[in-house]
Amino acid sequence: MLENIRLAFQGIWSHKLRSVLTMLGIIIGIAAIITIVSTIKGTNEQIKENLIGAGNNVVTVRLNQNGYPYDMSWNPVPSGVRVVSKSTVEELQKLDGVEKVSLYCSRDYANSVYFGNTQFNGSICGVDANYLSVYGYQVKSGRGFTQEDFSKFRKVALVDAKAVTNLFGGESPVGKIIEINSEVFSVVGVVSPSQEFTPTINSLNDYWLYADTSSGAVYLPDVVWPGVYQFDEPQDVAIKVTSTDAMASVGQDAAKILTERQIMGSDSEFDYRSTDMLEQAQQLQSMSQSTNTQLVWIASISLLVGGIGVMNIMLVSVTERTAEIGLKKAIGARKRRILLQFLTEAAVLTSLGGIIGVVSGVGLAQLISYLVKIPVAISFPAIVIAVVFSTLIGVIFGLLPATQAANLNPIEALRRD
Amino acid sequence: MAILKLTDICKDYAQGKEPVRVLKNVNLTVEKGDYIAIMGPSGSGKTTLMNIIGCLDVPTAGTYELDGRDLKDLSDDELAQVRNKHIGFVFQSFHLMPKMDALDNVALPLLYGGVSLKERRARAEEALKAVGLGDRVNFLPNQLSGGQCQRVAIARAMVGKPDILLADEPTGALDSKSGTQIMEIFQKLSDEGMTILMITHELRIAQCARKIYHILDGELRTEEEGGADHEKKAE
Repeated sequence: MLENIRLAFQGIWSHKLRSVLTMLGIIIGIAAIITIVSTIKGTNEQIKENLIGAGNNVVTVRLNQNGYPYDMSWNPVPSGVRVVSKSTVEELQKLDGVEKVSLYCSRDYANSVYFGNTQFNGSICGVDANYLSVYGYQVKSGRGFTQEDFSKFRKVALVDAKAVTNLFGGESPVGKIIEINSEVFSVVGVVSPSQEFTPTINSLNDYWLYADTSSGAVYLPDVVWPGVYQFDEPQDVAIKVTSTDAMASVGQDAAKILTERQIMGSDSEFDYRSTDMLEQAQQLQSMSQSTNTQLVWIASISLLVGGIGVMNIMLVSVTERTAEIGLKKAIGARKRRILLQFLTEAAVLTSLGGIIGVVSGVGLAQLISYLVKIPVAISFPAIVIAVVFSTLIGVIFGLLPATQAANLNPIEALRRD
Repeated sequence: MAILKLTDICKDYAQGKEPVRVLKNVNLTVEKGDYIAIMGPSGSGKTTLMNIIGCLDVPTAGTYELDGRDLKDLSDDELAQVRNKHIGFVFQSFHLMPKMDALDNVALPLLYGGVSLKERRARAEEALKAVGLGDRVNFLPNQLSGGQCQRVAIARAMVGKPDILLADEPTGALDSKSGTQIMEIFQKLSDEGMTILMITHELRIAQCARKIYHILDGELRTEEEGGADHEKKAE
C-alpha cells in the first residue's frame, strides 16, 4: 500500500500540469462547499447573537389579519377589535414569567413627519409609560417621557440615534420642533437601546425585516396618538419576560388572552400573534440555510464533474501505461495489485484536490468575511467530511479505469509499444 | 527430467467468422538444462507458442505441463503466480519501468512474490552484478544503453530463480556487438544449468543454442542439432 501511494505521488508529480487540471474540478467543488458551509455557520451564529441579544427578552404580540401583521397606515381601524383595556393588561401581567407589559400603536413607515423640509421615513410609535423600560431604552440626551406628558397630553416626541442622523442631519434635536400630520411636536430627548444592535443584511428579506429600524424611530406619548392618527386604534403589546426560555410560551399565552378578550366574534379574520426574536432568528437561519443548501448542491455538481474528469484522465493514464501494466502482469502481478495501484492513484489525486480545496475554501471564506463583514465560522467536521468525500470520489471514479487496467490482457498489453 | 512438456497444443484465434488455427498440434519437450532456439518467419505462430509456454495465453486444445504440473483451468491470478515463480521473461523491447532505477526494476518480480524489501534489494543487486552491471545499480533506463537495458531485463528475469528463461527476440533491438554480449550471458547461464528457450528469426543468434526448432504455419517441424554446429565453430 505504501508502495502504491509512493507510486501514485510519482505518477502525479511526473504529470504536474495534467494532475493540477484534473484536480481543479475537485478543488473548486470542495472550496465552494467549505466557503458556503463556513459562511452559513457564521451568519447563523451572528443572527442568533444579534436578535436574542437585541431583544432583551421582549416578546411582541401584534394584531394580525389573516396571519399578517395589520398595518393601519393605509387601513382603517378594524371593526370588531377593541382597544386593549386595563383589565386585559392586568391579566397579562399575571402570566408566569411576565415582568412588564407595554401597549403601543405604530406605523412601520411614518407618513407626514417633517423637520423643516426634511421628510422622515422611519417608523413612529405611540407608546405608554412602560414602553421605554420594557425595551431597555436609555435616554442619551434631553429627557424621557414624564407622567405629566401623559396626563397633560403634551405634544412631545423622543427620537432614536438613527432618526437624529436621518432627520436632523446629526445635530442635537432636543428642543427642535417637528411636524407630524400638520401637528407640531417638540423633541425632548434622544433614546437608544441599552445594547447596540447592528443587523446584518444579507438578502432582501433581511432588509424588510430591519427596514423599520434602519431609518430610525420617533416616539410619542400614546395619549396624543389619536390627534395625529386615528382614534381607537387597537394597540400591539410588548411584554418583557423574565428569561429567554419563557419567551415562546409567554408569547403564545398572551396572544391567546388578547385574541379572546379583544376580538369580537370567533370567526373574525383578526387575531393576535406573538413574534419572539428567537423564532425570528430561527426563521432567518432556516432561510439562509435553505438558500445555502441549494448552493451546496450546485457545488456538488462541480464535484461530480471533477470526478468524471478524474475518471477520464485515469482512463487515458491506463491506455498510456498499457505496456507497463502488461509487463507487471507478465512478471506476476495479480489483478488486485494493479487495481489497487490505479485506485490509489485516483484517490491520492482527489484527496490532494480535496485538501487544496479545503485550504482555498477556508482562505476564500476569510476573504469574504473580510470584504463583506460576514462572520465566518470554520466547521471542522465539514473539513473532515470534505477530505473523506474527495477520497471517496477518487475511489468511485477510479474504479472503472482501475478495473480496466486490472483486466488488461498481458499479451495485448505487451504487444503495444 | 522434462521441465516443460507440450502435447498436441492447438491455438485458434477468432478472425472474422472463421476461427484461424495458429498452432497445429505442437509437441515439445524441454529437459532441464536445455538451450533451445525456435526459429520462424513472422506470422508463423512463434510468438503465440511463446505466449503459451510463458503462461500468458492458454491453448485451445492440448495439455501443457510445467514441472510435472498440468496448467489447465488455472485462474488468471494463479497463472500470474506460476509466471512469477517459474518463468523469467526477456523481451525484444526490454520493457523496463522508465521511472525506476535498475535495482528497482530488477527487484519488481520479487515484490510480487512477497519477498521482504531488504532481501529484494540484496538479491536484485546480486542479479545485476551477475550480468556485469554492479556499477549501474541506481541508473534509470534512459541513462543506460540498449545492451545494458537488456542486461537489466535479464537480471530481472533471473532474480526469482525461475525454472526456465523465455527470451523473445532478445537481440532484435540491439546492434550486433551488444547482441553478442547478450548471447554470451545466455551461454554463461546455460553453462550454469539454466534452461533457456529463445525465439528468434536470426540464424546467427539461433546457432548459439544447443537445439534449433523451426516453426512454419503453426507447425513445429524439424529439429536441428544447432549445438553441434556451434561447437564445431568454436573449435
